[in-house]
Amino acid sequence: MASKIATANRLDDGRVVYLDRHGRWLNTMAQARIANDEAAAADLDAKARLGEVANLVVGAYLIEVEGQPLRPTQLRERIRAEGPTVQRELNRAPAAMAAE
Amino acid sequence: MYRYDDLDQTFIDDRTEQFTDQVSRRLEGAIGEDHFKPLRLMNGLYLQLHSYMLRVAIPYGTLSAEQMRGLAAIARQFDRGYGHFTTRQNVQFNWTRLDDMPGILSSLAEMQMHAVQTSGNCIRNVTADHLAGVAPDEIEDPRPWCEIIRQWSSLHPEFTYLPRKFKIAVGGGPRDRAALRVHDIALELRRNEAGEVGFLVMVGGGQGRTPKLAKTIRDFLPKRHVLSYLEAILRVYNQLGRRDNKYKARIKILVDAIGPERFAAMVEDEWSHLRDGELTLEADDMAKIMADFAAPAYESAGAATSSDDPVFAAWRQRNVHPHKVPGYANVTISLKPIGGAPGDATEAQMEAVADLAERWGSSEIRVSHEQNLILPDIRQSDLETMWRGLDAMGLATPNAGLITDIIACPGLDYCALATARSIPVAQEISERFADLERQHDIGALKIKISGCINACGHHHIGHIGILGVDKRGSEVYQITLGGSADENASLGSLVGPAFAADGIVDAVETIVTTYLGLRHDGESFLDAYRRVGLEPFKEALYAPA
Repeated sequence: MASKIATANRLDDGRVVYLDRHGRWLNTMAQARIANDEAAAADLDAKARLGEVANLVVGAYLIEVEGQPLRPTQLRERIRAEGPTVQRELNRAPAAMAAE
Repeated sequence: MYRYDDLDQTFIDDRTEQFTDQVSRRLEGAIGEDHFKPLRLMNGLYLQLHSYMLRVAIPYGTLSAEQMRGLAAIARQFDRGYGHFTTRQNVQFNWTRLDDMPGILSSLAEMQMHAVQTSGNCIRNVTADHLAGVAPDEIEDPRPWCEIIRQWSSLHPEFTYLPRKFKIAVGGGPRDRAALRVHDIALELRRNEAGEVGFLVMVGGGQGRTPKLAKTIRDFLPKRHVLSYLEAILRVYNQLGRRDNKYKARIKILVDAIGPERFAAMVEDEWSHLRDGELTLEADDMAKIMADFAAPAYESAGAATSSDDPVFAAWRQRNVHPHKVPGYANVTISLKPIGGAPGDATEAQMEAVADLAERWGSSEIRVSHEQNLILPDIRQSDLETMWRGLDAMGLATPNAGLITDIIACPGLDYCALATARSIPVAQEISERFADLERQHDIGALKIKISGCINACGHHHIGHIGILGVDKRGSEVYQITLGGSADENASLGSLVGPAFAADGIVDAVETIVTTYLGLRHDGESFLDAYRRVGLEPFKEALYAPA
């Protein structure tokens, strides 16, 4: 099974976030909790849903990633992670976004 | 332009207060996303790839300078400094936050704007000819009728939960600049044999996965009956529209299934119960609205001054349009700079447009469905001075109606529904054809690009239409040829298999080269296509190397 991580949009500002090993939703996937088998994926999905129930995030789901540093395999998820491929000036560093 | 009365303002203030409370309860966790989503959509708030996107209604594409300045302030304070003008004459802010909604909606309400009914299965923002009231070829200004339709359709209790979204457009005469024939209902002002002004009524147009051109169901409808007749159409649709299948729920599917004649008969039958009732519009009902749309006090304006500046001359040739009053002109402000994102304006540009509208025009700005801005009512003698103001802000791209004046949806760079990117394709085409002399040689050519089958980029009605789709994880682009959105509207025909992302611009170049090789003297791309059909283009595109 391809490695998977959990992503969602944060409730209050809509920004893209990823679930880390400590159950926190962060702007970056660098510390994301990774599921490498079906059981781990099911557990990760369940933990991600808790973020919805807790009204921290909206629309949680799992995505496939590869490599190190982690990178989504699908273009849509790469665009979510890295920002629009146009108007690069609109993309802000994760630290700046976290401070927004 | 229309100014809110107390009823309008109370309605918007109440709605702002209501949605502010809903946002608060959502943030506190009192309501979950399943309950909140339909509420936020009713207020124009989407959750896109990167952020919340707020779609603000610009009724029939008309804005005051003051409102444009207010939109610039929202872009500056609550977004990342941009507004994105859309094919439905609206503006979208792509980087908003949910917890900023109360502030944004209050700002909008203060300037008589809102985001109500810019989403959801309701009657959406009514659109119109962007030259309404100033075009020399129109029969009558359509905007007073758009406004009364806006009032009738706002929170209409019977039509708040339609089978699917519903779009109405109104044109002021025989020239169609509002893409009427791809709307659920299209109204075109016309005269009957007695010289009276009324509406041609068309229904069942639309794009998306099943594109259809609207069919005429009534040749002439007296103006005073417009609301009762619309109510009859909506009632038939509301009753018979396919609520069981989202993809077959638009009125175009119903009209196609039962036939326009039967649909028309059902509407007439329903109308027989509504005609001459409380929805009949008398002169008194329209007096306030008509007064708000009274033409500005035009002065006797001088003729255009001659200019030696070739850059200005090039701009005037493409971006200046005739006005109904001698000595005046209407100006297209292109939001398609070479290599830019179609429809985007920075907050500084929006401020500048507001200033120019106040300084040189009638303090009014229009948004066209082709994602450009229009300044009406400019004295011809002021054009060159005003153009310098535009040029200083990067707003004087002289390409209106040319190959680089491209419509494109936000695509996969922003949109949660998209399956492929649109903006980078538009940018590459724009850069490939940047040479102005070459653009003029090619002549009128409309390229329209959508990043998914929902067709927000109007690809079905592009002379060259491009549809991006996902094919096993890769973006590929289908091409249609021969579409048109004007009074001789047509839907494009698929030319053949899709092209890879790195081949789509070359394919457009091949199409253009083929056209240049086969056109007759003065023959436009669309006319040439209609004469020769798909075959020469297909041969050129798919010939073995």
